[in-house]
Amino acid sequence: MKSSKKKYWLDDHRNVDKVFYALCAVCAVVLLAEFFYHKHAQLPWEEWFGFFAFYGFVACVSLVLIAKQLRKVLMRREDYYDR
Amino acid sequence: MIVDLPPGFILILGAALLPLFRGRLRSAWILLLPIIGFVQLLGLSHGEYGHIAIFGYTLTLTRIDKLSLVFAYIFHIGALLFLIYSLYFKDNVQHITALIYVGSAISAVCAGDLVVLMIFTEIMAVSSVFLIWARRTERAYAAGMRYLLIQVGSGLLLLAGIVVHVQQTGSIAFNHLGLTDLGAVLIFVALGIKCAFPAMHNWLTDTYPEATVMGTVFLSAFTTKVAVYSLARGYAGTEILIWIGAAMTMFPIFFAVIENDLRRVLAYSLINQVGFMVAGVGIGTEMAVNGAVAHAFADVIFKGLLFMTMGAVLLRTGTIKGSELGGLYKSMPYTATFCIVGAASISAFPLFSAFITKSMVITAAASEGYPLVWFMLLFASAGVFHHAGIKIPYFAFFAHDSGIRCQEAPRSMLIAMGLSAALCIGIGIFPDALYRILPFTVDYAPYTTTHVVTQLQLLLFSALAFAFLIRTGIYPPELRSVNLDVDWVYRRVAPAAVRFIVVQLAHIQSFLKHTGRVIWKTALMGPLAPGSIANPFAGRSTIGTFVLLTTLVLLAYLVLDLF
Repeated sequence: MKSSKKKYWLDDHRNVDKVFYALCAVCAVVLLAEFFYHKHAQLPWEEWFGFFAFYGFVACVSLVLIAKQLRKVLMRREDYYDR
Repeated sequence: MIVDLPPGFILILGAALLPLFRGRLRSAWILLLPIIGFVQLLGLSHGEYGHIAIFGYTLTLTRIDKLSLVFAYIFHIGALLFLIYSLYFKDNVQHITALIYVGSAISAVCAGDLVVLMIFTEIMAVSSVFLIWARRTERAYAAGMRYLLIQVGSGLLLLAGIVVHVQQTGSIAFNHLGLTDLGAVLIFVALGIKCAFPAMHNWLTDTYPEATVMGTVFLSAFTTKVAVYSLARGYAGTEILIWIGAAMTMFPIFFAVIENDLRRVLAYSLINQVGFMVAGVGIGTEMAVNGAVAHAFADVIFKGLLFMTMGAVLLRTGTIKGSELGGLYKSMPYTATFCIVGAASISAFPLFSAFITKSMVITAAASEGYPLVWFMLLFASAGVFHHAGIKIPYFAFFAHDSGIRCQEAPRSMLIAMGLSAALCIGIGIFPDALYRILPFTVDYAPYTTTHVVTQLQLLLFSALAFAFLIRTGIYPPELRSVNLDVDWVYRRVAPAAVRFIVVQLAHIQSFLKHTGRVIWKTALMGPLAPGSIANPFAGRSTIGTFVLLTTLVLLAYLVLDLF
């Protein structure tokens, strides 16, 4: 089918930037929320400031970096098993 | 009497009558079966039903208790949702086998003993392979054969385990087994294959994505959940399960990040989710087992929903490769929305289903003194948001505009996806409904400030990491490729090894042939004039040696010919 002419909000790169900045702002809010409640921790390090935020960020970056290296070992042509 | 039938039989028998119906009546019949089955289930009280005496043993077809009921409930609900989704297709092969598959899964979780459990898991294996074959391609045929081999293989292992277990204990009862005798260990391994334990997992990621659009949706829900149920019944509190489960949550996410086939990404994340259940069963406290069972319940719906949305994309665009897709939110806005709901549910956002189920397992890991497991499960929670929660909707519906313009998903699919999405949110907002049907009394409050804020931190900073990696270009692009996994061993190494052995045997064979000729000449032709035709039975002194040698050579030749 032919591509429609209709312009979507996300087609504009500035709007994609806006989404990114909005995400940054929300991240800042949930991080600063640490100051406004008493945390009930089971494990000692849960009490550290922003532990979950830090762990989430580091976990995902390392996940992707390791997976990228895995590609070097595991990736084959798409028809590898069909040849 | 319909009430006397074991749960699940209504679907199995209903499947047999399906070819009698056409058009709207056919659709109505298909949807009626799980509804009648559910009503029948509601009428059953706890207890054992359907005793059959055979070979000196008494088989018990049905046992109803809290654990079997919660799985039977969700299997009926899942069946209804998936069947609504499947109405778009008018393929009797798929509908009949799907109904038999679901029906036998329900019968399996309601099975009263080990033998009945084995019989129904075998029916599941044989019926479900048609959901792969129904794609009707060479590729799907080969994948189906691999699937069947491993499923039937695990079935045989289960049978062997039961036989040994019965010899050692004299009982076919299916209660807590533990890893106490050899039979129980074999049963454990057989269930481990169906549950996709590490290194036994590859049948799932290899073959589920090769099934039909509706087939993958059905497959995603039942086989692994029957295995989780069986582990919860027989092996709760078995410590090794904690580590197996934790490993299952971790390793598939690395594969999921680099996988291009989006239904295969979901297959990897299916193992990741089952890992949480297995770890919960392994921890074995009331809270942990409740968490495992509740997570299985939620998973049937949200994982089914995600597979439904990707199935709709495959149906409408003809491809499911991340490298070819993108920008589909313009053509399929409803499907995109439902996909995001499924993604939020699997990622355990507050107000979505996994938030109230997965956290029970993670909390139990911390309170029972497994901090390392807690770290692993938390890593996997961030990872699942990353690869299933963001990657799936992002590369299918957003990312760069692929230029593909297609129709929105068919109406029946939209209804099924909409209902599933509503259930995901409903479970997330009203957890008590689910908590009430769990095997043990729930003493857990998911919506505390700490839990909500820390979970939001974990997930939103994972999202931030994704955005950061995409914007900096570090994120690996979707590439047309396959990634090696354990299936490489049996799809490449094993065949190559067999070929090597055959070639070597051929060498030995020709060597023997040659040697035979030499023996023939020296023993018989030698003393005679060259070129004359020898009579091997002519009475000469060397004839005994000759016969012996020839027999040996022929024997070796014969044995080698068998290969």
